[in-house]
Amino acid sequence: MIVGDRKPIEEIKEMLAPYKKILLVGCGTCISVCMTGGEKEVGILASELRMISELEKKDWEISETTIQRQCEREYIEPLKEQFEKADVVMSMACGVGIQYMAEVFPEKIVLPAVNTTFYGTNVKEGEWQERCAGCGDCVLDKTLGICPVARCSKGLYNGPCGGTDNGKCEVNKDLDCAWYLIYNRMKEHGKLDMLDEIIPARSWKTSLHGGPRKRVREDAQK
Amino acid sequence: MSNNYEPKIIAFCCRYCAYTAADLAGSMRLEYPSNIRVVQLLCTGRIDVLHVLKAFEQGADAVYVAGCEPGDCHFLEGNYRAVKRIAYAKNLLKEIGLEPERLEFFHIGASEGPRFAEAAKEMTDRALKLGPNPLRKKQGE
Repeated sequence: MIVGDRKPIEEIKEMLAPYKKILLVGCGTCISVCMTGGEKEVGILASELRMISELEKKDWEISETTIQRQCEREYIEPLKEQFEKADVVMSMACGVGIQYMAEVFPEKIVLPAVNTTFYGTNVKEGEWQERCAGCGDCVLDKTLGICPVARCSKGLYNGPCGGTDNGKCEVNKDLDCAWYLIYNRMKEHGKLDMLDEIIPARSWKTSLHGGPRKRVREDAQK
Repeated sequence: MSNNYEPKIIAFCCRYCAYTAADLAGSMRLEYPSNIRVVQLLCTGRIDVLHVLKAFEQGADAVYVAGCEPGDCHFLEGNYRAVKRIAYAKNLLKEIGLEPERLEFFHIGASEGPRFAEAAKEMTDRALKLGPNPLRKKQGE
C-alpha cells in the first residue's frame, strides 16, 4: 500500500489561511489502512480545525467527506456539488489522489494534508515499513524476495557493503541491513551460490530517471 | 473567568471497573463534585480519539477516561490501548492550543469507590484551575 504521514498542523493552518469554506476529503484505500487519511482521520482533522478556527478566530467552515478512492475518476465525480460549494479542497489522500482530484475538477485548488512517504506494508500493529521503490525493473528473483533498491540504504545491487554491522545498517542502527537479510535467506534456501552472480549495472530509465511513467493496455481502451 | 463557573466534565467509564466504582461511591455515600457526566463504555478499549475531541469541541472543560487496573481488563488489553490513545489525544490538544491537562486516564478498580471520588475531584480541581474551555460558548450550553 501507499503510506503517508499527516502534515504538521502549522503547515496545514498556513495553507488554509486564505480560505473560508474548506472541504476535507479522505480516501478509503491505502491511506486509510495506514491510519493517516481515512474517514476517521478526516473526522479528527476536521474536529481539530473547527476548534482551531474557534480559538484563533479564523472563521473557517469545515465540511468533510471520504470517498473510496481518490485515484479513480468515478469515485471523485460525485463530489461535484461539494467541490462547487467549497473555496478550497484539502485532500488527505496520497499524492496521486491529491493530483487526480485537481485534474478532475481543475477549477478548484486541492491542497495536501499528507506527506506521501513510501510503498510499504503493515509489519505489525501501528508500524509500516518500506518494501518497494517502484523502480520499474524488479530484481526480487535475484535477491529471494528482499528488495535491494528499497531496503538497502545505498540501493546496492551487489552487497553487502562495508557498513553492515551485525545485521544492521551503518546509516541507521535501527535499520536491518538488506544484504544481511538476503544472505540469510539464500543460506536458508541452500542457494548461497546466488551471491556469486554479479548483478550488472542497470538502466534507471524505468525508474523516474526516464521521466514520468505510464502504462498503456490497448485492449482495455475504447 | 466567570464567577459562577461550574466545570463540565465528561468521564468515560468502563462498566467493569470505574462505572462499578462510581456505583460503589454512591452506596458508600461518598461525596464527589457534581460536575461529572459519566458515559459508560463496555471497555475503555472502545474509546476513540474522536470521542475525546468531540467532547472538547462541544465545550467540555475536562475529559477523563477511567479503566481497569493494569492486568485486570475484562477484554485483556482494552485499558492499555486506551492509555495510548489518550496520550495521542493529548498531543492533538497541544496542536489545537488546548491544555493537555484537561484530559487524563485513571486506573480505577471496581472496588475503589473512594478512588473514583478522588479522580472526580482531581479533574474538577484541574478544570477550575485551568478555567473554562475557551470553546465553550456560555455557561449552561
